[in-house]
Amino acid sequence: MAALPKLAVWKFASCDGCQLSILDCEDELLAVAGAVEVANFLEASSAVVEGPYDVSLVEGSVTTPHDAERIQEVRRVSKFLVTIGACATAGGIQALRNFTAVDEYAAAVYAHPEYLSTLETSTPISAHVPVDYELRGCPIDRGQLLEVLTALLRKRRPDVRSSSVCLQCKRRGNVCVMVAQGIGCLGPVTQAGCGAICPSFGRGCYGCFGPMETPNTASLSAALQAGGMDDTAVMRLFRTFNATAPAFEAASRARERGDGQL
Amino acid sequence: MHVVLAEGEVADVKLRIYEPPRFFEAFLRDRAYTEPPDITARICGICPVAYQMSSCQAIEQICGAVIDEPIKALRRLLYCGEWIESHVLHIYFLHAPDFLGASSALELAKDHKALVETALTLKKVGNDIMEAVGGRPIHPINVRVGGFYRAPTKRELLPLAERLRWARDAALETVRVVSTFDFPDLEIDHDFVALHNPDEYAIVEGRVVSDGGLDIEVAEFPQHFTEEHVPYSTTLHGHMIERGSYLVGPLARYALNYDQLPAIAKQAAVEAGLGKVVRNPFRSIQVRAVENVAACDEALRIIEEYEEPDRPSVPVEPRAGTGHGATEAPRGLLYHRYSIDEQGTILAANIVPPTAQNQEAIEADLRKVVAANLSLDDHDLQHLCEQSIRNYDPCISCSTHFLDFTVERR
Repeated sequence: MAALPKLAVWKFASCDGCQLSILDCEDELLAVAGAVEVANFLEASSAVVEGPYDVSLVEGSVTTPHDAERIQEVRRVSKFLVTIGACATAGGIQALRNFTAVDEYAAAVYAHPEYLSTLETSTPISAHVPVDYELRGCPIDRGQLLEVLTALLRKRRPDVRSSSVCLQCKRRGNVCVMVAQGIGCLGPVTQAGCGAICPSFGRGCYGCFGPMETPNTASLSAALQAGGMDDTAVMRLFRTFNATAPAFEAASRARERGDGQL
Repeated sequence: MHVVLAEGEVADVKLRIYEPPRFFEAFLRDRAYTEPPDITARICGICPVAYQMSSCQAIEQICGAVIDEPIKALRRLLYCGEWIESHVLHIYFLHAPDFLGASSALELAKDHKALVETALTLKKVGNDIMEAVGGRPIHPINVRVGGFYRAPTKRELLPLAERLRWARDAALETVRVVSTFDFPDLEIDHDFVALHNPDEYAIVEGRVVSDGGLDIEVAEFPQHFTEEHVPYSTTLHGHMIERGSYLVGPLARYALNYDQLPAIAKQAAVEAGLGKVVRNPFRSIQVRAVENVAACDEALRIIEEYEEPDRPSVPVEPRAGTGHGATEAPRGLLYHRYSIDEQGTILAANIVPPTAQNQEAIEADLRKVVAANLSLDDHDLQHLCEQSIRNYDPCISCSTHFLDFTVERR
């Protein structure tokens, strides 16, 4: 029998939720574990097999000098590197520091900021090394994760759409929360994948899968303001878990300045 | 982890946690008072509901919102889902492999396939409760300050009842299985701290109590507890003023709230040979398993009694002030404090997670473990120390298999 492909899972600055998504595939976990050699997954196992690894799943963003070095090493030992989630793909919620001075943040939280070793910014993995595939979401969707792993094992392209949440929402048969109830919603500019759960529960999408391909954030911002949200509210909406994804960052900065110019 | 041995005695034990700082308390400032449940959920992907619940409670206290009883019951149900998911994860994926000599649950599946399949099915029940009530198991989207965006229908919840009856039996079986393990000796004497509620096993609300006689409102927490920043760790060390190190989590909850456990969970504890107080952290796996029975039983009760509430949330209008919230995360007491202005903009935020509170106690216990096992070589000592850390179910990222273990012999 040919050796099983080696799978490694790596953690950078994150909440561990995307790694947990792997263990949350309760119905498929043992099948996955049978199709690959889980060679390095510290959240789940103390057994570590030496690299190189056929597939590396990387969770989290780069926020410390040590991690900036470590990601280089991870890239060196990985044939195919997939980032999982908003932190690894866009910098995550901790990238809110990028809009201010990190010293000030450190002083607000820690009695002795001098003990810390931290970078000015939180950056996605792709800012440091070439990334072979990016999986969106805060957290990622289990179904999409399984699709990516299956596709890699079968050596085909993953079937992960880059269309908007709106399309998924329509398909679910939801009545538009923005049109019908005037609720602010990022669905028109956010990449699908979650199953449009927020509108299904009567709230607006908050963009945790990040910007879709070619999002029209200017038009949506204008519509949000016409619906009664002020500049600050629109800025906050774009500035959460994918705050430094370029399209969302441009949209939030435009509202921060108040000129709407992207 | 760094151990210093001098002349055959333990001189020092330090647990360096290098979890990169993410500065939640800093970037919560200038956000809207409605945002903490979504934002603070991202502190922990394994217990997001805990962060959502503690933050909602603190904000609601500031704004003087009174939450309807049916909404409270839904919150408790959602929280039970998180307890089941998190406890099962810890019991079977983190802790049991240590006792059964496996490196992971995946390896365990080779010899104990039925056991791991039961674990996965049980964990899935917890996740499915969170999905039904919260929209998804990790970072639920349906929680808001004041309640929920939409209350689940009776039809959405009822299919869970049958599965919970199975889950409760599986949880009872879990208690039996883990009780056959061989537990190393260790007796700890820290103060236990947990929420206490005379009417139920405290999860979502209660007073902060300790076995040393503390009995305070959540709002008095800052007068009795403090956090210290030590040079070698990004996790602040919690400290009880006047008493020193203390322990939160299953052992503390169980000791302080035994009387409030549902009868079926008490029965399981008795059959497992547990007293009303357990002071051996290696036995925390049994206590967690008993709590899991309680969580399944509670979730079932809430679903059976469930009627769709008149409204999914109560209105919460901002007003200036400071508020406190504390709930029982699977790993222990989680405290939040916020100050907001009259527009609802957050001026200050303070979050004290369970793992930070347990840091000092964990270090003290590691010192005991090392002192009692000096004859072991470094490799075996490292394994025992890792296992000891896993007893506390600290935030999973640092709980697992990370130890860079150094022993300095002088």
